[in-house]
Amino acid sequence: MSLNKVFGIAGSAMAAQSTRLNTTASNLANADSASGDATKVYRARQPVFQSVPDFGAALDNESANFGVRVRGIVESQAPLTQRYQPQHPEADENGNVYVSNVNTVEEMVNMLSASRSYQSSVEIMTTTRDLLAQTLRMGEG
Amino acid sequence: MDIDPFGNHAKALALRTQRNELLANNLANADTPGYKARDIDFRAAMRAAETGGGTLRMATTDVQHIPASPGRAPGLDPAVAYRVPLQPSVDGNTVEADVEQANYAENVVGYQASLMFINRKIRGLTLAIRGGN
Repeated sequence: MSLNKVFGIAGSAMAAQSTRLNTTASNLANADSASGDATKVYRARQPVFQSVPDFGAALDNESANFGVRVRGIVESQAPLTQRYQPQHPEADENGNVYVSNVNTVEEMVNMLSASRSYQSSVEIMTTTRDLLAQTLRMGEG
Repeated sequence: MDIDPFGNHAKALALRTQRNELLANNLANADTPGYKARDIDFRAAMRAAETGGGTLRMATTDVQHIPASPGRAPGLDPAVAYRVPLQPSVDGNTVEADVEQANYAENVVGYQASLMFINRKIRGLTLAIRGGN
């Protein structure tokens, strides 16, 4: 009964999207964190999704339907903002601090997209559960 | 009696289940770079299931005729194809969430319709067996 597989597929999507929501929350929380050392500043993180098994495999029914997973999390290489704040406790000898490269607007958009995708996975799960329940009741009514 | 009382609805249910899985997978990968949305042509798959199965047998009118084998079990091995996107995206992903959701809804309604036909048939048969009581 492959209706059951849909739970795994939708579940994997929910797990992936909640990882994305987590990174977004972390990015927004650290949007203003600063450091005097450019290598120690928080950089925006993004998860990279991958279909399971990896796409490009054979185009047939049986093999390729197991949802999605997070392949890894990459750090943004966008330039950091340098600010002159000599009173900052983390300031370097020249009085500069480096602020994280989180773009709050981008993160908000990411959050919306992730929550919409999460919702559609929940819908799929609910609908499939209803279908299964109806199939189990076949012939009763 | 050789006739399947439920017609093609059992096959339709099996095909709808497979399609449900494909569409769920498409939606799960809506944000996966490079993923290509897939689907089956339900009409073609249904036709293949109807003709590939044992519903149509070749009649033998002479003892010397070689009986044609009914063929393999109903062809529930539909051809999966990539969807042609309306608006391809830069990261190579061809999933369009709206299109997939519309197809998903249509598929679910089709599933429920087949289920309802089967249920009504069962009810009718039960009624006939009980003699209307």
